[in-house]
Amino acid sequence: MKVLLFGRLRDLAGWRESEVTPAPATLAELRRVIGERWPELAEALAGPGVQAAVNRALVRGDAPLSASAEVAFMPPMSGG
Amino acid sequence: MITLTEQAFDAGAALGAFSSGRTESGAVASFLGLARGEAGRRVALELEAWPEFSGPEIEKIAQEAARRFHLHDVEVIHRLGQIAPGEPIVLVMTAAAHRREAFEACDFLMDYLKSRAPLWKKEHGPTGARWVEPTARDLADAERWDG
Repeated sequence: MKVLLFGRLRDLAGWRESEVTPAPATLAELRRVIGERWPELAEALAGPGVQAAVNRALVRGDAPLSASAEVAFMPPMSGG
Repeated sequence: MITLTEQAFDAGAALGAFSSGRTESGAVASFLGLARGEAGRRVALELEAWPEFSGPEIEKIAQEAARRFHLHDVEVIHRLGQIAPGEPIVLVMTAAAHRREAFEACDFLMDYLKSRAPLWKKEHGPTGARWVEPTARDLADAERWDG
């Protein structure tokens, strides 16, 4: 499963893209696995305004994940 | 049309091209956002995008503006990468039959770009860098258009 990070999440982790195997079955499980593997991300991923996109669609709450899913975690958006 | 670019852009030329050849749009409005220097406290802004996602998401925002304000056309140019004080960051341009719709669409587009477009902004100062998050005012500005 491909995981992408942006903004301060990418800075905190030191990577933008990583493979997570075995692939967790849900978004909540993926968050838990990432928090264990990269403890510096655990708190930040749970932070206010952090959104997830599964296969380039924003997801609220939990969601089932396929093994080939692409999951992005995005801190609060700030353009303009 | 949505353009995300690492290159500096010429806002005047873009506005000229956007306005030209319109025989039915009585109003073209635009907003140009510039990087502020904050009296030396900001050396550069850095804008990060996820181009495969940010482009389509900003296109959705532009289509929503076109629907709400009956636009004839809408264009957004947004810089990415390192941006020096004084350089343009964002240009939104709207064409409509009358001015009110064109003005309001620019306002709507900027409110949404500030907190609902997948872009991330980092501020580089003389002593370090920090990620900028939308302010309470930015969030309230976007919420004005909800419901």
